[in-house]
Amino acid sequence: MSATQIQSPRSGGAKVGSNRIAPQYRRTGGSKGNFEMLAWLFMRLSGVVLVVLIFGHLTVNLLVGEGIHAIDFGFVAGKWADPFWQVWDLAMLWLAMLHGTNGVRTIINDYAEKDATRLWLKIVLYAATTVIIILGTMVIFTFDPCPVVNGVQLPGGFCPSP
Amino acid sequence: MPTKPAGTLYRGREGMWSWVGHRITGVVIFFFLLVHVLDTSLVRVSPEAYTAVIGAYKNPLMALGETGLVAAIVFHAFNGLRIIAVDFWKKGAKYQRQMLWTVLALWVVVMVGFSIRHLSLALGGH
Repeated sequence: MSATQIQSPRSGGAKVGSNRIAPQYRRTGGSKGNFEMLAWLFMRLSGVVLVVLIFGHLTVNLLVGEGIHAIDFGFVAGKWADPFWQVWDLAMLWLAMLHGTNGVRTIINDYAEKDATRLWLKIVLYAATTVIIILGTMVIFTFDPCPVVNGVQLPGGFCPSP
Repeated sequence: MPTKPAGTLYRGREGMWSWVGHRITGVVIFFFLLVHVLDTSLVRVSPEAYTAVIGAYKNPLMALGETGLVAAIVFHAFNGLRIIAVDFWKKGAKYQRQMLWTVLALWVVVMVGFSIRHLSLALGGH
C-alpha cells in the first residue's frame, strides 16, 4: 500500500511536467517557463516592501497631526515638493498595482473555468492596470502645485505670494 | 464510521480560513486602490476639484469605511508576512496556526489603536 499522493494545484512548474497539476486545474499547455515562480517570488518581495510603504503612508496621512482633516490640495503639494515622497508614492503605486493585479489574475485563473471568460476578465484587468499605472505615474511627475490657466491662478493652489 | 481528516496546511481550519480572508481583503484593497489613484489624480485637474472630492472622505460614514479598509490592509499585511514565514522559514509550516493567532492578536492591538486615533480625529470637533 502506497502513501496517498496529494496533488498541489499550484506547485507544478513546466519543467517538472504539467502532470503534477490535476487536469481540472490545468489552465495552459504548460509552456510558461518559470513565469509563475517569478510571480510567486514577486508577491513575497513586493509584499514586504508594501507593508513598510503603506504603513508609512497611513501613519503620515491619517495619524499624525490633524489626521484626515489636514488632507487637501496643499497637503499633496507639500508632500510632492519633496522628491522623497515622490519616490515613495511612485514605488507604492507600481508595487501595489502589480501586486494587486497578480493577485486578481490568480483569482481569475482559480474561479473562471471557461477559456474565453478568463481571457476577457484578464484583458479588462490588464487594461485597467495599465491605465491606472500610467495615469498615476504621470500625475506624480507632472504635478503642478500652482496651476495657472490663461494667466490666471486657479483658486486653492499652493502658489507663492506675488 | 469515517473520520474527518485533521486538515492540512491549506485545507480546513486556520490555514484555509486565513487564505479565504487573505483573498477577500486583497480584492477589497485592490478595488479601493483603483479608486484612490483616480481621486488623487484630480490634483492634476484643479485644486478645487481635488479638495471637493477628498472632502467626501471626511464625513462620519466614510470614517467607518476607512477604518474597515485599514482593518483589511492590516490583516492582509500581517497575514502576508505569515505566508512568507510559512514559505521561507524552516519551521513556518509547523507553526502556521500559532502564527495566525499572533497575526490576529497584533491585528486587534493595531486596530484598537488606529480606530481610537482615526475616529477621534475624523469624528471629533472640527
